[in-house]
Amino acid sequence: MFDDTDRRILRQYQHAPTLGPAELAERSGVAPATCTRRLERMQEEGILRANRAVIDWRALGYEVEVSLRITLDKTQPRAFDEFMAAARNVPEVLEIQTFLGRVDLRLSIIARDMGHYQQLYRSAILTLPHIADIEALMHVARIKSDEVLPL
Amino acid sequence: MIELDTTDRLILRELVRDATQSASAIGRILGLSQPAAWRRINRLRETGVIKGQRLELDHEKLGFGVTVFLGVKLATKGRVSLEDFERAVSAIPEVQTVEHILGLYDYRLRVVARDISDFERVLRRRIMTLPGVGDVEANVLLSEERRPGPIG
Repeated sequence: MFDDTDRRILRQYQHAPTLGPAELAERSGVAPATCTRRLERMQEEGILRANRAVIDWRALGYEVEVSLRITLDKTQPRAFDEFMAAARNVPEVLEIQTFLGRVDLRLSIIARDMGHYQQLYRSAILTLPHIADIEALMHVARIKSDEVLPL
Repeated sequence: MIELDTTDRLILRELVRDATQSASAIGRILGLSQPAAWRRINRLRETGVIKGQRLELDHEKLGFGVTVFLGVKLATKGRVSLEDFERAVSAIPEVQTVEHILGLYDYRLRVVARDISDFERVLRRRIMTLPGVGDVEANVLLSEERRPGPIG
């Protein structure tokens, strides 16, 4: 059961995921033992899946980020599965999303510079199976990225 | 630009999997001493290669059944400043991410809602009333996979 105490803890934890258990308990206004127990239970129940480090790809020399919106040839019954399996083999692909809407899929890919992007686009993206249409959107800036749920 | 060796990459992969692991736990996995692991982790944080941490929550279990990506085009560029739009859109709690992009749209928003009718409420009351908002395209997220990226 997810109650108000859990909600308080998650709300604080989402905004400051680097907090240790003692500090998190204090900010959430619960006893440290309660906080630890609640976090463990939320992990067991699969509510809290992970606390992951976020990589800054620019710091590693990846200056270009592009969103590729892809429409697949749906006359091929295995188009989605085969496309996704092939896209997973491209290391520069950071995200694969599927949609209900005007677009079937979106890939988020990174490259060192425009030359590298051009090369990736030709050798690794356009060669993916069952593409009917593809649109590229260049990423300019990330204004908000905390991905916090409004609990 | 920061150069990483194989050990750094393995540490990075471990921290992306679970950032709460201690230096000694990571050292044990990779066969490093605690101080050696700590030095490397510290360097990854100090140089900004690790820019932060993020919780991964089960949205459905928390009552958020719908995620929609909105492509937003501004209608009145020049009259409404980008900063005004960005400030207003970032203040909406249901808007999880705001990205400025070049191409078909000006901004991409990631919006969470309890269900489709809750999404409609957010769209009508909060998004469509933003200063300068023009064409909006919605795509409902069906599945999402985050890949490790080129550190393998």
